[in-house]
This record gives sequence, C-alpha cells and structure tokens, in this order.
Amino acid sequence: MTDKKQQKKEQIMLASLGLFASKGFYNTTIPDIALSLKMSVGNMYNYFKSKDLLAKEIIKFVSSYFGKKIRAINEENISTKEKTRKIVEIYFQTAIVKPEMLDYFLRIYLSTREVFKDGCEGMICVNDFVTEIMIYFEEGVKCGDLRDQDFFNAFGLFMGYLGGMVFLQGENVLPKKLNEYVDDVSDNIYKALSA
Amino acid sequence: MKKKVRILWLGLITCNGNTHSFLNYTHLEQFFNDFEFIYHPIIDSEYSLEDIISQDVACDILLIEGAIADDFIKADVLGIDIIKKYSNIVSKIVTVGTCATFGGIFKESHYKNVSGLHFREEKRTEKYNHLFEKTISISGCPIHPETLVSTLYAIKKGLDLKLDSYLRPKEYFAYTVHNGCTRNEYFEYKVDHHHFGELEGCMFYDHGCQGPLTHGSCNKILWNEINSKTRAGLPCMGCTEPSFPKQNLFSTKKNMGIPEFLPVGVNKRVYLTLAGITKAFKIDRLQKKLFDD
Repeated sequence: MTDKKQQKKEQIMLASLGLFASKGFYNTTIPDIALSLKMSVGNMYNYFKSKDLLAKEIIKFVSSYFGKKIRAINEENISTKEKTRKIVEIYFQTAIVKPEMLDYFLRIYLSTREVFKDGCEGMICVNDFVTEIMIYFEEGVKCGDLRDQDFFNAFGLFMGYLGGMVFLQGENVLPKKLNEYVDDVSDNIYKALSA
Repeated sequence: MKKKVRILWLGLITCNGNTHSFLNYTHLEQFFNDFEFIYHPIIDSEYSLEDIISQDVACDILLIEGAIADDFIKADVLGIDIIKKYSNIVSKIVTVGTCATFGGIFKESHYKNVSGLHFREEKRTEKYNHLFEKTISISGCPIHPETLVSTLYAIKKGLDLKLDSYLRPKEYFAYTVHNGCTRNEYFEYKVDHHHFGELEGCMFYDHGCQGPLTHGSCNKILWNEINSKTRAGLPCMGCTEPSFPKQNLFSTKKNMGIPEFLPVGVNKRVYLTLAGITKAFKIDRLQKKLFDD
C-alpha cells in the first residue's frame, strides 16, 4: 500500500473514531463519514469495503497505537515499577487527549462482539497491544519484580482497573481529574502484581 | 585384505550410555568390515587398556566418551595423559556424547576442572586448543548411532564435513529436533493437552519439550529406524545442547505464561504475535483423540 493511501486510510479512521464517539457506532453511516471528510461515498469504498471492515481496521489501529507506546516503555532501561507507572500514565493521558480511542475500545470493541466475531477472534486484532503487555509481564517476572501467575489473571487486574477508571471518568463521576490518579493506581497495580 | 580404519574408544567419566547406544546401530556387521577397535570398553579388541597405555599402538581415530577432568584416573594413569598420547598418533578425534563435548551431567561431579574436550557448556576451554582443528563433536545423551557411524564413514572417505561452532557436523546438527516432529500441527495451533505416552498434543507449551530449541536429527533419522522421543510421547530433553541437563525436564519453565526458552532464532515479539493469532483458532480436530474408541 502506498504511503499516500495509508495516510488517507488513517485520516478516515480518525474521523470515524470521532463520529463513533459522538453519534454512536450504529448511528454512524459510511455516508456520514464520507461527508465529514468531504469525500464521495464511492471513494470511501476504495479504502474500506464495508463499515465492519472499517471497524476491524480501527481496533487494529488503536491497538497498534498503544502497542508502539508500550514497546517504547518496555525498551527503556527502568524498573518494572517505573514501567507500570508509565503505562498507566500513557493510558490515562490517551483517555484525556484522545478519548475517542479508548471510547472505541471500551464501548464498541468490547461490547459489539457481533461486528468483530469474524476476523478478530480472540486477541487477533489487539495483538500489538497485548504482545507488549505480555512482554512487560514476562520481563517483570524474569527480573524478580513481579510474581509469576496466570497471564490472564494479571492482565485482567491491570487492564480491568484502567478500563474501569477511564469508564468512570467518561461518566463524569470521578471527583478528581484522571491524571491525578496515576500515582495511586500504578502503586496499587504494582503492589498487587509484585513478587 | 583391505585395510580397516583403526579406532581407539576411550571411556573417561562416563555411564557408557554412548557405548550402549552404538550397539543399537543396525548395520554393525558392515561397520566391522570397514573399522576395527584397537580398544573398546566392552567389545572384544586386539589390545587391552594396559597395552594401550604402555605402548604406542597405531591408530587412526580417537573416540572420547565421557567428561574430561584433570584428576580422573583410568587404569592407574591420568585420563588426560592418554588423550595427550593418542591425540598425537591419530588424524582425527571425535568426542562421543554430550559429556565428552560439553561436560554434560558429569560436570557436576567432584573431579577437578570437569569439561568436554573443548567446551564447558557453551564456553570454549583453552587447554586442548592445539587439537581443535582435528576434532569433531557428536553430542547427544546418548549419541545417535547413525550420526556417529556416518561421521566415521565421512572421515574414512576424507569428506570435508561442514561443522557448526561446537564442531558438530551440520549434516546432523543444523536442524532442530522439531524438524520432522509428527506433532508440528499441534505446535502451530498451540494445542498441548498432552498426556505422556499419547500421540496427541504438542509438549512444548507445558510438558518441557525442547525440540524447537535443540539441534539434532532425531525426527529426521529415527532411532532404531523406528521412533523418536517426541513421536513416542516424551518431550525432547535437549540432550545435544551445551546446557544439558537442565532441571525439571518434564515441565516448561514459563514467566507469566510465556515460555522462558523460545524456538531457536525466534524473536520474542514475533513469537508472541504468532502465538496470539494461532491461539485464537480452536481446531476441533486437534482437540480430539486421533483414534476415537
């Protein structure tokens, strides 16, 4: 795929994320997305053959975004405790600066499984992100900082907690700003996972 | 009468497992038409060990079985002195088995400076550097008899064997034991569900199988022309590798579910990405017994 075509695809995905967040996934149509980008509907189909395919590409895009951020943290020569804090920080920062990304993950990907059941089985479409979380856990155990346990046990604790906090922030029920929870949340996660 | 290649089989710190494995070679009669042992620990030979030590007996190949130590005594002389003497007589030296090559299990023994001829695990030892060029390593616990005999024939014919960094013939050690494993389909789709001795399931994920990270031809050249460990339902224990034996050979060391030792040359991210994809598929056929009662 040419760089130009890839750039256009990303532009469409970003516009879609915004519309899905404001109007909802089912209330947003391909013509809506095309209109927001001043594109013809016919041209849109040159990039994505259907809304379902677009939906799958977007979750891969979001996963890749987080995967790259966490990979950079994994490759830093810092303690697991510091890595934990940085991952929490990145996650919350994204929720603040690009809320549509996490909104998509939490409200569309996790709760609209019928769209993702073919082609996004298991963790396939979020592989980039999950792989980096696995590496964070594995290296944490290897260096003796984290306790060895079932991966999903640890994954659920980490991501469930973060997802819950972002959800509560989205519902405007948190008494403090989300970024003010970074220290406490990362401290709780590290304590719960540490050896 | 044609001239046979003369071999000295010298056993040092050893359980004689390689000797026993050699006896399983399926064409021994042919072998003895072409080779003769001037001395062998359990096969009748022309000379006794005392003769070997007291005389300079003409010989072409020195086979060393067992780990080597500075203070190990064999028939009242130091084992290393026998090596020194015959390494000057022969044109080739073959380390037979993992102990003679890397130290093996006997590197844990009480003897002084126990190692293989040129390696202690992965680390090169310097003591016998002058013999490096004339040495070929056949690692394995025990050696595969076919590998040893074919290497001896290659020496007899003067073939230029390509060797890896541990002096092992690439012909047999460029592959991993995973190559030719009948359980590869289970490996590809991450299906373990194995019970020892059964045909189904890959043993890499939970049962300690080191096939994907062990160099050897066990699944290419079958043992006794019939079988291999993994085909019979037992994990590969990595017996040809410098690190052999590791501990807990029947369980896979994992950190938060990820195997600590990955297939040779496979990057961790690549492994996890592929694993994440394949794990998503549930192949019913691979969940069932191959032969339903």
